[in-house]
Amino acid sequence: MHMADALLSPAVGATMWAGSVAAIGYSSAKLKKHIDNKTIPLMGVMGAFIFAAQMINFTIPGTGSSGHIGGGMILAVMLGPYAAFLTIASVLSVQSLFFADGGLLALGCNIWNLGVYPCFLAYPLIYRPIAGDATSARRISIAAVLSTIIALQLGAFSVVLETLFSGISELSFGAFLLLMQPIHLAIGLAEGMITVGVILYVKQARPEILEANIVSRPLNAGISIKNVLAAFVILAVITGGALSWFASTNPDGLEWSIEKITGQGELAEQTSGIATSLKNIQGKTAFLPDYGFKPAADEENTEEATPSWPGIEAGTSVAGVVGASIVMMFIMIIGFGIRLFKKR
Amino acid sequence: MTFDTQYYNIGFLDQLSYKDTFVHRLDPRVKLVVTLLFLFTVISFSKYEIFALVPFFLYPVLLMTLGEIPFMFILKKVLLVSPFAVFIGIFNPLLDSGQVFIFNGFTISAGWLSFISILIKFTLTVSTALLLIATTSFPGVCHALRRLKLPAIFVSQLLFLYRYLFVLMEETMRIVRARNMRSFGERGKDMRIYVRLAGTLFLRAVERAERIYHAMLSRGFQGDMPTLKHFQIKSGDVFFALSALALLFVFRFFPATEILGRFVQGVFL
Repeated sequence: MHMADALLSPAVGATMWAGSVAAIGYSSAKLKKHIDNKTIPLMGVMGAFIFAAQMINFTIPGTGSSGHIGGGMILAVMLGPYAAFLTIASVLSVQSLFFADGGLLALGCNIWNLGVYPCFLAYPLIYRPIAGDATSARRISIAAVLSTIIALQLGAFSVVLETLFSGISELSFGAFLLLMQPIHLAIGLAEGMITVGVILYVKQARPEILEANIVSRPLNAGISIKNVLAAFVILAVITGGALSWFASTNPDGLEWSIEKITGQGELAEQTSGIATSLKNIQGKTAFLPDYGFKPAADEENTEEATPSWPGIEAGTSVAGVVGASIVMMFIMIIGFGIRLFKKR
Repeated sequence: MTFDTQYYNIGFLDQLSYKDTFVHRLDPRVKLVVTLLFLFTVISFSKYEIFALVPFFLYPVLLMTLGEIPFMFILKKVLLVSPFAVFIGIFNPLLDSGQVFIFNGFTISAGWLSFISILIKFTLTVSTALLLIATTSFPGVCHALRRLKLPAIFVSQLLFLYRYLFVLMEETMRIVRARNMRSFGERGKDMRIYVRLAGTLFLRAVERAERIYHAMLSRGFQGDMPTLKHFQIKSGDVFFALSALALLFVFRFFPATEILGRFVQGVFL
């Protein structure tokens, strides 16, 4: 469920980046205060462990398909939320760079979706209260499965929201939700069971690893986490607001998704009003506006239910196809030229 | 993707990043910032834009050719991660049925336009991100992040992860091979055995981390990882950054493709 750059709008991408960088900064500051130097290499090796564990695949019971783990909750339980969050963030960064999983702009979204929910919501609010002092295997099991599922559901829900607010995909809110949530319920269940298995295995073999984590992070940590979350939300809203001028550069973004979510009926008139006025503005501000064969295309466009048509007009498209082919040829010639030149 | 190819892929990208070309010599900070700006510019286009996106292929092509990165390798990796974007994007032609007029009497549904736009944006963003790491060593990227004021602890976390990634992957490769040799078909691949494997791997990782820590302590580790290498912005970096910015600006705000197309039409038709 990695987000992809191509489905993102700049406003959403930047907002999620701001949120994730803030969470990284906060976790680093927190760790710096409480860390013993021993944790630094441990985090690094744990990140590599998650990577390695993801590469072993297993069959998901009942389906026959094979899956791999995300590992967020395992880390949160073993390392505590701050160290776990930084570890997940680093794993996702390496994945986005080396496997192009998601992408660099979507990395902010992915760190948020896969890191913040397990570490700062599911772990302190679900796992800790249920698991208690982590002595009873039954309580650990329930806590781990529940928190893994909820963290994944929140993550999947965020993917839906981020895609919708970006307005690149045409999927409606409901349909997308139906696509994402049930799949991630199944994935969450499998991952939860594995999380339980690993935690219990470690508890059996090296109980001091789990105990060390519980002793070194007193329960009152939960209170400050709530404050942090509030701060993140405020920060996200502010940055989102500050960056929302991006949305005006492509009028189909936010308006479109609002229209889809609220149902066309109520807001239909209003949105078409905004869109048409935006279109007018765009017409006025567009560079060389007289470059399109406007009339025919405009009439067609106003008849459409989807009101925003930036850029595509009958006249421009012919020139566009011709121009695009030439530009592509140029680029390829430059590329081959450099290759040849280098070979000599 | 099998385990070995994944391992090979990371190693290969790592190898590529130690080449010595103009692109490789550029300051990692400059490359990182320019790449991020490039990505933002690409996704800032509206969802129906196609033509204006085409000139942006210049940047990855230049990185690839000047940096001597094999084309097929990048192409394969781009195709490999495409399913999610394609899967979400393919709904656009089905759901967005508005008609757009292109040639005389030739129409195409708006959904296809936005789908093609998603594919182009996807190719641009993914290939550029891959080329960034293929032309910049990962430690280089990390130092760039440090200089861009990301927390020291996070940057050293990245460096540690990268350092031990290869070690643990080799260990995992042995585990997977051992499992495959002892199991036929789907036997031995169920979750119970996976949990045992992951648990063992976890404990080994923890023990390794302890050994590493002691080794570092005995070499004077005090919670910080200083670097001897100092990066300096050179004239080549300034040239690269300025020309990249100028091109991004021109391609973003002027319909270069269209103007060129009209010009050629005017001359030949």
